[in-house]
Amino acid sequence: MKPAAFTYHRARDVEGAARLLAELGDEAKIIAGGQSLVAMMNFRLARPAHLVDIGGLTGLDGLRTDQDGALHVGALTTHHAMETAPPEVLGTEFAVIRDAMRWIGHLPIRTRGTVGGSLAHADSTAEWCLLALLLDAVLVARGPRGERRIEAADFFLGYYTTALEPDELLTEVVFPRPAPRAALAEFAERRGDFAVVSAAVDLELAPSGGELSGGRVALGGVAPSPVRVPEAEEVLNGGMPGPELFARCAAVAAESVNPPSDANGSARYRRSLIRTLVARACEEAMAR
Amino acid sequence: MTDTTRQALQQQLIGLHVNGEDHEVLTEPRRTLVDVLRHDLRLTGTHVGCEHGICGACTVLLDGSPVRACLMFAAQAEGSEIRTVESLAPGRELSDLQQAFSEHHGLQCGFCTPGFLMLAEGFLAERPEASKEEIREVVASNLCRCTGYQSIVEAIDDCATSRRAALRHRIEGTGEDEEAPCSSATRSR
Repeated sequence: MKPAAFTYHRARDVEGAARLLAELGDEAKIIAGGQSLVAMMNFRLARPAHLVDIGGLTGLDGLRTDQDGALHVGALTTHHAMETAPPEVLGTEFAVIRDAMRWIGHLPIRTRGTVGGSLAHADSTAEWCLLALLLDAVLVARGPRGERRIEAADFFLGYYTTALEPDELLTEVVFPRPAPRAALAEFAERRGDFAVVSAAVDLELAPSGGELSGGRVALGGVAPSPVRVPEAEEVLNGGMPGPELFARCAAVAAESVNPPSDANGSARYRRSLIRTLVARACEEAMAR
Repeated sequence: MTDTTRQALQQQLIGLHVNGEDHEVLTEPRRTLVDVLRHDLRLTGTHVGCEHGICGACTVLLDGSPVRACLMFAAQAEGSEIRTVESLAPGRELSDLQQAFSEHHGLQCGFCTPGFLMLAEGFLAERPEASKEEIREVVASNLCRCTGYQSIVEAIDDCATSRRAALRHRIEGTGEDEEAPCSSATRSR
């Protein structure tokens, strides 16, 4: 189908975009890569009266690591730019992020789709949302009242709903600490489709080696937003890494959430996927 | 209602750089790139299928990268270099990629072909050394309901192999004059 009519505005800078959003109210939407928004507009699931195009803004793309080892990713960075980033910019400490990119749509989607757009769209199975929650990312938003930093744990509020105000836009996402032993695994009917279930883990090895001193488990596709699973994380804490521990962690994860039954799969099927995917993510994380 | 009517009449002037030529188009902001290419510029080689980014029939190159022309508004493409399937072969002769599709029967009905060609053209420009496995992965971006994909993979792989061989030939051709001992040593092994 064809989208409904709208007025197109091209933002010159972040301040201008925020000002436009404030003026136009909730009739306006930000467009960056548009890989979710244009599809929704073509279906007329979204009918914004105004589009504010931030695609041409400079200084909002690219990535850098600061002196504390935190990774800063500009909101307009494309998924493809992440997957092809040179190793000196995106190294083994954040390999989980690079590897997760291949799960996002297909190449022609990844060349346009942006990190900020994916986070602001907040699909519950989106890889960026899961990574942000898993790795305690901080989302930086700019609006007429200035800059605001939002913890990922406070950012995702429900189906396609975030803590962003209607006149705010994301400028950057910060991953505060390296995650050398983290991995993401997911399952979709066809490669490139939205995941039915996705699982991501971040394991911490005790400095002495041997056992785990902690671990995080996050799941997508089981609730309106991605969720952490503290019960499963408890299993990892102090355990000896290996198939037995990972299977137990995965089983606890499957029992601790209440996944929906829908056209993509029953709750029982999703639990079965969780058991497989959490264990797989743990194995991949340990193998790094 | 009046609001909608007013908006429907609203037009904007867009400048597009397509296949090396500059165009100015007066159109509604809601016009997607693929619709402007087909309806306003009459470049009907680019096809339009699903209009939500699934089928890939509308794939074109934007600054060298394959993109879905149905998932962007024409206004967003201002200032970028756009290449459509019409740019592959300027005359009546097929490009090497098109020739490979023909030889390997990489098409039957042909509806998806422009999208596959531009996908492959953009991909091979970035990954000239792509393995067959990588090619398989990338062609999953687009839908073809005739071929079963095998022949498309063969065509792209064949084209990539020939391009690599041609490049090697050019490099070795010039290298022979400058570094004759080195290249003959390599050859004798």
